[in-house]
Amino acid sequence: MNELSPLSVPVTAGCSDAPVLRERGQREVFCGLTGIVWLHRRIQDAFFLVVGSRTCAHLLQSAAGVMIFAEPRFATAIIDERDLAGLADANDELDQVVSKLIERRPEIKLLFLVGSCPSEVIKLDLSRAALRLNQRFAAENRRDLRVLSYSGSGIETTFTEGEDACLASLVPTLPAPPSTLPNLMVVGTVAEIVEDQFLRLFAALGIDNVGFLPPRRAAEMPSVGPNTKFLLVQPFLAETTAALERRGAVRIAAPFPLGVEGTTAWFTAAARAFGISAQHCANVLETPAARARDSLARHRVTLAGRKIFFFPDSQLEIPIARYLSRELGMWLSEVGTPFLHRELMAEELELLPAGTFLSEGQDVDRQLDRCRDNMPDIVVCGMGLANPLEAEGYTTKWSIELVFTPVQGFEQAADLAELFARPLRRRAMLKV
Amino acid sequence: MQLSFWTYEGPPHIGAMRIATCMQGVHYVLHAPQGDTYADLLFTMIERRDVRPPVTYTTFQARDLGGDTATLFKKSVAEAYERFKPDVLLVGASCTAELIQDDPGGLALALNLPIPVVPLELPSYQRKENYGASETFYRLVRACVADYKPINKSTQPSCNILGPTALGFRHRDDVVEVKRLLEKFGVSVNVVAPAGAHPSDLARIPDAHFNIVLYPEVALTTAIWLERQFGQKFVNVTPIGVGGTRDFIKAIAEMFQIDAADFLRAETSRLVWYSRSIDSTYLTGKPVFIFGDATHAVCIARVAAEELGYQVVGLGTYSREFAREVRAAAKLYDIEALITDDYLDVEAAIKTANPALVLGTQMERHIAKRLGIPCAVISAPVHVQDFPARYSPFMGFEGANTLFDTLTHPMMMGLEEHLLGMFREDFEFHGDAGASHLGHTASPVQAEDATPLSATWDAEAERELRKIPFFVRGKARRNTEAYATQNKVTLIKLETLYDAKAYYSQ
Ligand code: SF4
Repeated sequence: MNELSPLSVPVTAGCSDAPVLRERGQREVFCGLTGIVWLHRRIQDAFFLVVGSRTCAHLLQSAAGVMIFAEPRFATAIIDERDLAGLADANDELDQVVSKLIERRPEIKLLFLVGSCPSEVIKLDLSRAALRLNQRFAAENRRDLRVLSYSGSGIETTFTEGEDACLASLVPTLPAPPSTLPNLMVVGTVAEIVEDQFLRLFAALGIDNVGFLPPRRAAEMPSVGPNTKFLLVQPFLAETTAALERRGAVRIAAPFPLGVEGTTAWFTAAARAFGISAQHCANVLETPAARARDSLARHRVTLAGRKIFFFPDSQLEIPIARYLSRELGMWLSEVGTPFLHRELMAEELELLPAGTFLSEGQDVDRQLDRCRDNMPDIVVCGMGLANPLEAEGYTTKWSIELVFTPVQGFEQAADLAELFARPLRRRAMLKV
Repeated sequence: MQLSFWTYEGPPHIGAMRIATCMQGVHYVLHAPQGDTYADLLFTMIERRDVRPPVTYTTFQARDLGGDTATLFKKSVAEAYERFKPDVLLVGASCTAELIQDDPGGLALALNLPIPVVPLELPSYQRKENYGASETFYRLVRACVADYKPINKSTQPSCNILGPTALGFRHRDDVVEVKRLLEKFGVSVNVVAPAGAHPSDLARIPDAHFNIVLYPEVALTTAIWLERQFGQKFVNVTPIGVGGTRDFIKAIAEMFQIDAADFLRAETSRLVWYSRSIDSTYLTGKPVFIFGDATHAVCIARVAAEELGYQVVGLGTYSREFAREVRAAAKLYDIEALITDDYLDVEAAIKTANPALVLGTQMERHIAKRLGIPCAVISAPVHVQDFPARYSPFMGFEGANTLFDTLTHPMMMGLEEHLLGMFREDFEFHGDAGASHLGHTASPVQAEDATPLSATWDAEAERELRKIPFFVRGKARRNTEAYATQNKVTLIKLETLYDAKAYYSQ
């Protein structure tokens, strides 16, 4: 593994058994609805209808920021007092809203009814609504339109867990494979450019039967069965993993494809699972890995020896911390994660430097106190905290960008480093 | 249930946050799930505030629902008091917590904190952000003046400026400008609230002779109550535009029976002369579509019509609370007001009105961009660009200067328009190149209807159509086609084009 670690990081026991500070106070994170912002860009003929309140609608448009398209492929069915007072049957109302929507947007092939805190508290059963609507559309000769439901509510899901819930809702609908040939499924939203790079590398390795979940279009759903092996590209997919396992698929355990080391290990794990020789795999990965390693040198100058503090947000914190510490020489002052799935994170924890301070959950004011005590050189946090911390003199990186930017794979390794290097370079440049 | 793609206003607790965030010594404990903390970014990112809003969210989760969310709420209140030591505490529920009916007010009062606790009951499933701001301000003022001891009022006229909040459209600069204007006129400002005020300042509100309702959406309810309670008169004339500002000063002058004529002769705006200068002639009768909060929409319509010589072809608001005022204003321009919070209705209305300029919110900016129509933003909801680094009030005489620039710069300059009309086939100065002031990349999307064509264009007519300046070409095409359909012409020739032109200019 030495050639994979550009810095001579002492081989340690990692963080597999490291203690974790568990917090249960105020959480400063988005809810799972936020996933709609990138999911609706990924599945280009899907529509996301949140059944919720004005708050949910406002969250979505605030998180989506300037992304107001000609007509976005997401909307909110805003529950009003008539629904609550029982004056109107909420189910009938929902059906009417869906009819109106489908009339407006006949090109939609996949409609997600997305549950929110209010819809859950009033126990509006969206899975039954989806069933009912599917029956209706089938009767209306619109079998090409499928309705699914999942929860993106803040009482059930934190930020990226919305994607997990969405993908998990897709799993039971995935087709069975046409043959018994082994196939590979890559699970988690990636940018199209990353998907294309991955496909080229898998082909070079000799793995051709590759599907992506979620796909770009509803008609391109990957198949799943006992001969399916799947690789997670995103760390926050615990429910989806369980759903895929229920369909007989087997997860290929691997670190996540962030940085040269993570990407190499990820592809190597896939190659091993598909019986591809280690030598061939090393040959295929050599060129892109070397190119990626070279591209990091510039950023190492900025990042090595700098101290970084992670507020919990996307569950990408641990893999990114592993990358920044092992490949760019950064010091980890605290790595916070909203949830720690030990099983999915096992390979990552092994690689994390021993003694890393890990925290799970949040009590935002106490964590801010710890952050100030630690005086990190850069803080990774949500948009609500970033400017106030900057005003206190800290350099920050807002974490939502880590989810919205293509960062996986060899060619993006330097882009990921750049996300952290740029705020530090900027601070050094400014003379005002 | 209402299908909503985009909302002009947030839920009412966002309004409450706008009040808490702009004040000193106030903290707000909001019973809400974690996702609702997104609201912080409105203040820290859009308005670029350098501190977190003074809000503690309980962030209860599904597992708490079966258990005791009430205990969680009380714990949050107690901890927030300990940590932030506010002088007044606001407590309330967001939409989800409203459903679980924990009674935040009762729970917080039961803690017997040594400070006033103001419970907010903001019906999330009925009302919206501006209502939330208005109600919160009203409750706070009531709580803070509860022990008011009358004093002898000063002999100099004094007022309070009520209404500016965090996240308000140009509130930051409007306050500076209006204060300057009042002080120059000889009226002292007792309290500005809620922006920048401490609860102890709210307690002094009744010391002033009268109140100025700077933003009725936020302050009218409070001003009405103060009048009833303390006999404090209020001025509800918005000083936007030269006319609006003059009326504002006159209303105050009338209240104290002073003569404002000399003052108003000395104080004026460049708008008055700029609008008369010949370069502005080209603005005459330009059709303009206006949409925003009620106050801004009505005031900007007046500026557009009376001070710039535009023709108001559309006027509307998303503030249903002030629909009456907007309807009355629309009558002045012989049009029907558009009262809606569905941006798709607004888009349809803009298409139909086919204006040369759209004055609206960020949403109308997007609509106008899609339609290739020049646009300026004149109202909340706000965007990071609505907090310019430079001084840029909308109110007072300086505000009128801002308005002249804001409302005319998006339009093509007079000479440019003429040249475009004269040399329509100039290879770099033709309609499809877009107006120079929109930048080289701007290629206006033609707002042409997608309705199936009943008549086709022959090559010559099509060429002639392309010589028509792009900003009227869409209309010319539609009119010609309508004329052709009406007269059962299937092939549109050069003749048809000019027949239609003659027909429609009758
Ligand atoms: S936390 Fe709940 S109520 Fe708030 S925006 Fe998310 S789903 Fe809606």
